[in-house]
Amino acid sequence: MPDQFLFAIEVILNGLMAGVLYALVALGFVLIYKASGIFNYAQGVMALFAALTLVGIMEGQVPFSHLINATFGTDVHHFGWHVPALLAIFLTMLVMIALAWCVQRFVFRFLVGQEPIILFMATIGLAYFLEGVGDLMWGSDIKTLDVGLPQGGSFWIEEMTVGLGGDGFYGFFIDKLDIIATVIAVLLVAGLVAFAQYTKQGRAMRAVADDHQAALSVGVSLNFIWILVWSLAGFVALVAGIMWGAKSGVQFSLSLIALKALPVLMLGGFTSIPGAIVGGLIIGVGEKLFEFLIGAPFLGGATENWFAYMLALLFLVFRPQGLFGEKIIERV
Amino acid sequence: MFYREAGDFSTTYQQDNQTFPIKFDRYRYYVVLFIAIFVVPFLINDYWVNSIFMPFLIYAIAAIGLNILVGYCGQVSLGTGGFMAVGAYACYKLMTAMPEVSMFIHVLLAGVITAAVGVLFGLPSLRIKGFYLAVATLAAQFFLVWLFNRVPWFYNYSASGQISAPERDVLGVFITGPNTQAWATYLFCLVFVIFSAYVARNLTRGSVGRQWMAIRDMDIAAEIIGVNPLRAKLTAFAVSSFFVGISGALFFSVYLGAVEVGEVFGISKSFLVLFMIIIGGLGSIFGCFAGAAFLVLLPVALKIVGVDWLGWPTDIVAHLQLVIVGALIIVFLIAEPHGLAQLWRVAKEKLRLWPFPH
Amino acid sequence: MKLKLTTLALTALMAASPAVAELVFPSLSYRTGPYAANGIPFADGYADYFTLLNERDGGIGGEPVRMVECETGYNTEKGVECYESTKAEGSLVYQPLSTGITYQLIPKATADGIPVHSMGYGRTSAKDGTVFKNIFNYPANYWDGASIAVTHLADLNGGDLSGKKIALVYHNSAYGKEPIRTLEELAKKHGYELTLLPVDHPGQEQKSQWLQIRRERPDYVLMWGWGVMNQVAVQEAANIRFPMENFIGIWWSGSENDVRPAGAAANGYKALTFHNVGDDFPVFDDIQKYVVDAGKAAGAGDQIGTALYNRGLYAAMLAAEAAKTAQEIHGTKTLTPAQMRDGMEALEITEAKMAALGLPNFGPEFTVSCENHGGNGYGAVAQWDAAADEWSLITDYVQSDQEVLAPLVAEDSAAFAAENGIEPSCG
Repeated sequence: MPDQFLFAIEVILNGLMAGVLYALVALGFVLIYKASGIFNYAQGVMALFAALTLVGIMEGQVPFSHLINATFGTDVHHFGWHVPALLAIFLTMLVMIALAWCVQRFVFRFLVGQEPIILFMATIGLAYFLEGVGDLMWGSDIKTLDVGLPQGGSFWIEEMTVGLGGDGFYGFFIDKLDIIATVIAVLLVAGLVAFAQYTKQGRAMRAVADDHQAALSVGVSLNFIWILVWSLAGFVALVAGIMWGAKSGVQFSLSLIALKALPVLMLGGFTSIPGAIVGGLIIGVGEKLFEFLIGAPFLGGATENWFAYMLALLFLVFRPQGLFGEKIIERV
Repeated sequence: MFYREAGDFSTTYQQDNQTFPIKFDRYRYYVVLFIAIFVVPFLINDYWVNSIFMPFLIYAIAAIGLNILVGYCGQVSLGTGGFMAVGAYACYKLMTAMPEVSMFIHVLLAGVITAAVGVLFGLPSLRIKGFYLAVATLAAQFFLVWLFNRVPWFYNYSASGQISAPERDVLGVFITGPNTQAWATYLFCLVFVIFSAYVARNLTRGSVGRQWMAIRDMDIAAEIIGVNPLRAKLTAFAVSSFFVGISGALFFSVYLGAVEVGEVFGISKSFLVLFMIIIGGLGSIFGCFAGAAFLVLLPVALKIVGVDWLGWPTDIVAHLQLVIVGALIIVFLIAEPHGLAQLWRVAKEKLRLWPFPH
Repeated sequence: MKLKLTTLALTALMAASPAVAELVFPSLSYRTGPYAANGIPFADGYADYFTLLNERDGGIGGEPVRMVECETGYNTEKGVECYESTKAEGSLVYQPLSTGITYQLIPKATADGIPVHSMGYGRTSAKDGTVFKNIFNYPANYWDGASIAVTHLADLNGGDLSGKKIALVYHNSAYGKEPIRTLEELAKKHGYELTLLPVDHPGQEQKSQWLQIRRERPDYVLMWGWGVMNQVAVQEAANIRFPMENFIGIWWSGSENDVRPAGAAANGYKALTFHNVGDDFPVFDDIQKYVVDAGKAAGAGDQIGTALYNRGLYAAMLAAEAAKTAQEIHGTKTLTPAQMRDGMEALEITEAKMAALGLPNFGPEFTVSCENHGGNGYGAVAQWDAAADEWSLITDYVQSDQEVLAPLVAEDSAAFAAENGIEPSCG
């Protein structure tokens, strides 16, 4: 029994770590939703696009090489240089800012004041578009992302804890990448909160989130704020893309991590940054623990996907606006 | 000039209330029906049925179902794929359990079963609203797919874990299985499409539909003026799931013939049907057809243009297809946020005055 | 209204395309979508081999080959569209390349009289040619794969697996569930203990499964994975320091794509295969000379020699050999799908034949017959060398346990025959 108990703790720890990774994706959604009321379906694809761009820049890949080769009969693939990781991240960030500008300039400027579902649909169009462009630009092979993040179980923790249980216990397993992800997530959230609290742009952002028109009337440029928010979401997408891409290589499926973030959003509330973190942790622990205690032994396993949603649904029945969401006040 | 109301008098309430009050509209509708029933079946071959008409017709039914829920009742749902799976598996179980019963009845029963499941998953809608509900319906999506994959009873313990439609006929003509005729499967689906469109159209302009729309426009206000939200929302879920179930049953039995739940009825299906109704137009039956046609035809048309005519590599065409579809969705939304149906309505308004707009 | 006019116009245009006497091989490729990374090399290999035949030999038996490529994106509906749009061009044999599309095509292609070759995937019981007349799945299927893996493990343990623990990590879909029955039957025979660990699609998050493996410490892990699930599984196995040489993937979990993201940690990972790996075969010189240097390579031309490229090349080679056999049987150069089917059913691959083609020891020797559409079930185990960045075969082609598999195949095909009212017969 103590074995089982220790295993449960290990599962919880890993659930927490997984939750942080979910929260990283969810953060991007929250930022945009809070500031502009847009449910950004393209967040997952943005993560993919950012990661693809990062690898492309690092490896010195020629963008659109396949298209160019097919059209002009040339044979270009690589520029032949390698860009160091940090510089590449910086350049990728510039691309994401340019993307944010384009999105604002060519899409949402024309859709101000539309119903939420229309805005949602527009982001779906954007997702398709980005997916196609990303593939055309960088190709659809699986790319190895190596920005120097450590991977693998932490032997130190394993050895420290191995004595806790009986013979059947091998010490706690914790992935080093997960620890890094946690640190980065904490820094990211702290940074975002500080940015929102203490900088001029951050305050303007909060003002816009509270009331577009009032913010506009005191001289906040909505256009700028929305570009800012989309850039921030692009940055979060890049971080999420790096974290998930380090695990699996950068490939199309990265865009599906958005599905992992949705229950987190529901649970934490669409408008709350701390909500995204707490929601992520609850979902991470909840689904792992359910799989460990009930899913794998009794239901044949692979229950995580739906259980995350069921858990969120259960919470919602009691708190329809999510744990930390703004209370929905309805008037006739 | 051709499209006008002048001289088109209604002398009874019945005439005034009909679906197409304008004579030209009515005749156009009859002509489309006539062509669809009596002309198209003689012209089509396997390719046209299997790549264009069948997906178009079946998605149109699914879109009608989802449009009732989203467009008329305002409850955003992302569980369409899961509900289609319910329809498909219900149809499969019925087909194999009662081979002698007509396929028409199986498909309708599959719809009824899906309606029951839909009501069950519609219950949270009484508490949860907006995008929260949309994400909550994803719970249905993932759970149902997992369930059908997990419990062997649903696929009759077959070694492959897939369901495949046995051969069934209607009046001696094969509808499912490999030996079907193009016209037979087409007509079979067409019957359901006409039935669904007819029922949906008349439901939505009756008292039930008005209740749904009241809930959509503002649920609290609707409640105050005496609409029962429980009843309205759950009937919307039931009717919607009924149609979605029919489309799932047809999708499996007539169109694909063999289905693996995760692949065919996954989350992407839910999104696809939602795209259809948004592009076509929320709250419009015509919009369901327009949206389904748009998303079924466009990729095929782009493929034919890109690969067969221009001779580009297939992968570049497929990627460009994504780019073009994405860009078109955005352009359409900017040009007309209320979808193709609204464009159609505007065009009709213009046509009424044409050629003398002033 | 408008819709129907357009479609009519399109029909007219499509009907106008000319029909030339040539051998048409459709390629239902998936160069886009979630599995594009695996689809591209296969499609390139398939295309390059036919290009080679055209350029070097002027086609098969003097008849030029035309390959019609159609993009499915691994999507069943697009696959149906591709099938319908290419079958009118006189397609000789389909390689559906996805479980979903294969199941789709089994009844359709049978009704249309076009053979389907699902090589190493699809419906296993299609091995029984008396029931599945138009479906071929030589040289090996999933059940063979499961058995070969167990045989390999038994060999490592001096033939005795009793008391060993084997875990199966599988994609939670029809594909992933394929080996379970076989492994259970084999467990009865060999006395090992089997643990099942399903991973839900898409499989980016497998922490639960690998923590369970870490807890239960199975001696060996088998994997039926696909897409992103493979890369994550290899990475997670490395993370928990599971010995890679005890981790065996099916052939769809055994490409360079699956191991490269994990870097050096993937060293020693094993995968099953039914064809040889690497580009150390004479035919690759010809491909370089006639295809690549002529600028006719498919895709980006950067996949040559990868595991999946070789699989595509192997599939094309088998199709071409079957076409040659068909030409001999029927004494004609132009082929119909029905004649192609006869050629496939009479196909015989010998070492001499492969060597003559510039592919010595590239695949197992096998013969196809009416009763046996699945070959003899030979496969080998390949191992990944991360430092050299290449796969290498570490065993000979070994045969699967026919004694266990034959009854399973017979049982499933009999069920299919009963369900669909097919009278098993030959000829």
